[in-house]
Amino acid sequence: METLWFVLLAFMLTVYVVLDGFDFGTGIAYLFVSRTDEERRMILAAIGPVWNGNEVWLIASGGLLFFAFPRAYAAGFSGFYLALIIVLWLFILRGLSLELRSHFNHPLWTGFWDTGFALASLLLAIVFGAALGNLIRGVPLNADGYFFTPFWTDFQPGPEPGILDWFTLLMALTTTAILTLHGANYVVMKTGGDTARRASRLARQSGWTVAALTLVALSVVPFVQPTIHNNYDAHPIGWIFPLLSVAGMGLTIWAARHGQEVASFGGSSLLIIGLLAATAWGLYPNLLTATVGASANSLTIDNAAASPHGLTIGLKWFCAGIALVALYSVSVHRLFWGKVPQRDPARDRR
Amino acid sequence: MASALLYDRLQFAFTATFHYVFPQLTMGLALLLVCLRTKALRSGASHDRAVARFWTKIFALSFAFGVVTGIPLEFQFGTNWARFSTYAGGVIGQTLAMEGLFAFFLESSFLGVLLFGEGRFSERLQWAASLLLFIGSWLSGYFILATNSWMQHPVAYTTGTDGRVHVDSLLGLLANPWLLWQYTHNMTAAVVTASLAMASVGAFYLLSGRDIAYGRTFVRTGVAAGAIASCLMAFPTGHGNAKQVFEHQPVKGAAMEGLFRTERGAGLLLVGQPNMETMTIDNPLEIPSALSFLVYDELYAQVKGLDAFSRELWPDNIPLLYYSYHVMVGLGTIFIAVVGGSLLMLWRGMLYDARWLLWSLMLLAPFPWIATTAGWMTAELGRQPWLVYGLMRTADGTSPLVHSGNALFTLLGFLGLYLLLGLLFTLLVIETIWHGPDHHATQQERGQESVTCGSGT
Repeated sequence: METLWFVLLAFMLTVYVVLDGFDFGTGIAYLFVSRTDEERRMILAAIGPVWNGNEVWLIASGGLLFFAFPRAYAAGFSGFYLALIIVLWLFILRGLSLELRSHFNHPLWTGFWDTGFALASLLLAIVFGAALGNLIRGVPLNADGYFFTPFWTDFQPGPEPGILDWFTLLMALTTTAILTLHGANYVVMKTGGDTARRASRLARQSGWTVAALTLVALSVVPFVQPTIHNNYDAHPIGWIFPLLSVAGMGLTIWAARHGQEVASFGGSSLLIIGLLAATAWGLYPNLLTATVGASANSLTIDNAAASPHGLTIGLKWFCAGIALVALYSVSVHRLFWGKVPQRDPARDRR
Repeated sequence: MASALLYDRLQFAFTATFHYVFPQLTMGLALLLVCLRTKALRSGASHDRAVARFWTKIFALSFAFGVVTGIPLEFQFGTNWARFSTYAGGVIGQTLAMEGLFAFFLESSFLGVLLFGEGRFSERLQWAASLLLFIGSWLSGYFILATNSWMQHPVAYTTGTDGRVHVDSLLGLLANPWLLWQYTHNMTAAVVTASLAMASVGAFYLLSGRDIAYGRTFVRTGVAAGAIASCLMAFPTGHGNAKQVFEHQPVKGAAMEGLFRTERGAGLLLVGQPNMETMTIDNPLEIPSALSFLVYDELYAQVKGLDAFSRELWPDNIPLLYYSYHVMVGLGTIFIAVVGGSLLMLWRGMLYDARWLLWSLMLLAPFPWIATTAGWMTAELGRQPWLVYGLMRTADGTSPLVHSGNALFTLLGFLGLYLLLGLLFTLLVIETIWHGPDHHATQQERGQESVTCGSGT
């Protein structure tokens, strides 16, 4: 039962990163691929009806973590206190930038929110990358199962690490590159004209950066967190996930060359899914891994879970709930499918 | 550590209070919008459609601010109240996770349909979207209040060997008896907020002599809905709430009424200042025996005062609790009087010319927010010193390793950021009201024209 909730949680978070990931990537690419107000509106129209729903996957994941593994929720959220509160502020900036930009048509007003959107997206990508790095490297959990990390200490992933060290910074950089690629692919898929052309150039450039950075990151992971090997040694079937991400990488590069926009976006989605699934495979059964040498303090699916009775109750409403979510998503996407959004001349030209 | 506790409490209180400025308007407007859209669908009149569009615009603004300020609340259970989350996650994790899955997805999916659907989808579909938004927002309120109700009145749980609590029966949790009055009271209050906002905007148009037809619709709708809701808010929901407080949380009841000594035939205090040194009320003005009657339906029933309880069970800020409660009740009474009077004048056909009454309606708009804030302060200050009533003290719920410097840093950040958000929201709402319903209608038509031209090429 605990394992099932670990899988469901990993699933929810992966969906979140794939979906909101293209919003972040779009935000990072935003100022680079658009020149005129018209082009910017076109990009915003591409994510306008969906970004809020995408963000809900994170909130729902947070809720599920709280419900299924309360100790991990409590320890993780209080341990990353400063970083998390800053994430909240960035979410406020991102959300308001998208919602309020169109209220006045004044260059200072729109310019301010444009910058806000781009900046918040970039910083959120960096922070989430660093967070993933922290999960892999481990955090200094004490015997009570709590920890607190400052932003940085000596930038070394030792026994007293900060949120930022060379390894998590590498992960932040890699994540930012991946999401930039993912977002650029989305812009290419959803827009046309000069914007799409610039976005496709950005996707090509970031594609090779992503390949190089991912390779470096993957090769240093075993040195930073040796235990990540264990599950792969015991069950080699897990190698399917890293291979999946390599396939996704290959697909997106190949498809971009051949002008297959949807396949290219699918490739970057596959890359993200593969990487996150590979991470989850390596971390299981840990939710919060302790730093090297203190592994007895790790919070696992067993010592952090809610009661079996509670988890069983939860499974019932989760099945009903996720079916409803699927129903809404399908019906909303069908409603917006293929129709011409207002003020979106690019789609008309196609 | 003591100051970290203070900052944690201030931060949660501030962010929750500020957040709730928006959902109460959204939840109330969601109900009114369903009514307005139903009317527009039936009549097909462009006037009714413009009315619905105008309030959808305000709704959307409020929704957007509600979303961005709501996320911090779910995260703060973990960031600032880690020991509480560890302790109670096995129970309240259920309701919070259900809110995400059942309410947030519903709302975020169909808000897009309502906002981006103007001119693209049929009226019927937009009506359905507004109905789903109403259901979503009221469900969201339900799950949050189920969480709060459990903290006020814990039910349906078992305590594990490690001291953490676990849910026993989901139905028991969702059908907490506390929830009945708390939910109905809270939701009728939300309708009062939205109705009075609508009446106020209408009164502004009528008094300024512009958009008269819209002004009359707004005033009429706001006054009618506001009259029903404000009466329901007092009776039975407010009354039911107070009775259950005296039944299950008698210390809170005594403190909010300012009853220091146990009395037979206790009076209902209308005005007065609690003096914590002498344990008396300065300048009291009270209705004799009324409190006994309201709580126990009997004029000479005994009501327990604060002296019946040991001091460590007293709420830690009794004067503030007392004032919050009295501000809420006082404002609620004023709402009933003004809106009830307006309804009478409306019925007699004299409201639109009674400038003094329109002035009152216009100026009344901010006060429902003050009343709901005071009401929540009563509920939460009165719950002290408990975080989970009778089970866990607030001081034992904080995050053990988040020290006061960190908590103060983020508290100051929230104060500054939310000041800006408040100004921004006010600016945008005033701009929307200033431009009026017709401005929006013409904008939409222009938008549609450009689409028609665009698709021709």
